[in-house]
Amino acid sequence: MHGIDGRAAVTRAMVAVVFIGWPAAVFAHVETGRAGGFLAGLQHPVSGLDHVLAMVSVGLWGAQLGAPAIWLLPLTFPVVMAFGGMLGLLGVPLPGVEIGIAISALALGLAVSAAWRPPLWAAAIMVGLFAIFHGHAHGSELPPGESGLTYSLGFVAATGLLHAVGIGIGTIHRWPRGQIVLRAAGAAVAASGLLFLWKAFA
Amino acid sequence: MTNRTRLHVLTAVAALLLPAAAHAHLVNTGLGPFYDGVSHFLLTPEDILPALALALLAGLRGARAGRLVLFVFPAGWLVGGLIGLALPSSSPSTAITMMSFIALGALVAADARLRPKWVAAIAIVVGVLHGIFNGAAMAEARLGALGIFGIAASLFVLVALAAALVIALRAPWMRIAVRVAGSWIVATGLLLLGWSLRA
Repeated sequence: MHGIDGRAAVTRAMVAVVFIGWPAAVFAHVETGRAGGFLAGLQHPVSGLDHVLAMVSVGLWGAQLGAPAIWLLPLTFPVVMAFGGMLGLLGVPLPGVEIGIAISALALGLAVSAAWRPPLWAAAIMVGLFAIFHGHAHGSELPPGESGLTYSLGFVAATGLLHAVGIGIGTIHRWPRGQIVLRAAGAAVAASGLLFLWKAFA
Repeated sequence: MTNRTRLHVLTAVAALLLPAAAHAHLVNTGLGPFYDGVSHFLLTPEDILPALALALLAGLRGARAGRLVLFVFPAGWLVGGLIGLALPSSSPSTAITMMSFIALGALVAADARLRPKWVAAIAIVVGVLHGIFNGAAMAEARLGALGIFGIAASLFVLVALAAALVIALRAPWMRIAVRVAGSWIVATGLLLLGWSLRA
């Protein structure tokens, strides 16, 4: 390759290399972050003990109260929590979120340990109120850059599964000794709630 | 025009003709447009969740509603898809997705006592709307009508399986589990609304 012909040949070779290396027609962009978003959403509700204990306690209390609370509480909680999450995502301020979460663990734990049986509407309002605090905290902490839909799916599924775990454990309520164990578990949750409350004020 | 100039012009023209990346989130299975449509549907929660919610709603409302939705829902999606093929530049369907999640999920969670004809009407509306956006995506990815047929076939199978499963449920707690699934779909829609408003 000498002179003009040589340079032209080099240019042609470079053009050829560029075209060979050029990505082929992309008929679908790769959906990055979808599976990661789902797993991150699945992980988020179980990343804090305060959330986990409160979610499981909702299931425990539902199982203790029996029908219709056993299905009403897990039915309403995800929706109200998602509403709180939406407020958190939008940056709507909610004062005392950490205190509210700690109180939720304390109150739900006490309700289970005392086998408290309020009217259904009162139980629903109480759980719904706590759900807003939990949802708001999650919504404020949601990381940017994740796939919103798959993250939300994982997040909601994990919350629902924690309730299911609580309901599953709560089935020991059928046996007399199981009732005692259940109330003891509620007392343990309440004690943890006290600790969370202490930390929230500290 | 010198050879070098010709070469540069040729290079520029060739670069301009190179297809740009399509923005449709479609999967290329290598098995043809029909299966690309099937895989697109199965891997797209924006489409599969509203379809599942509608199938659950139809199942909760009984065999007649299930049979109606089994046919009108894929048909509506197919019609919408064919319309969408002629509208390649449709706006993003995030709003439709959120509305579908929240409305259909709420109907399932509330176990709404709708008449079968109303369930069928909802199925047609949801099918046509989602189909339009699917059709636009298919047009962008040059999959054509076969891709839409793949989606409609997947819908038929999904509705048949999910609705039949729910219709067959007898234990009250199982129907409640279906309603809980509806509440999860509403919750996802609400969070998605928050995400999209934040973005």
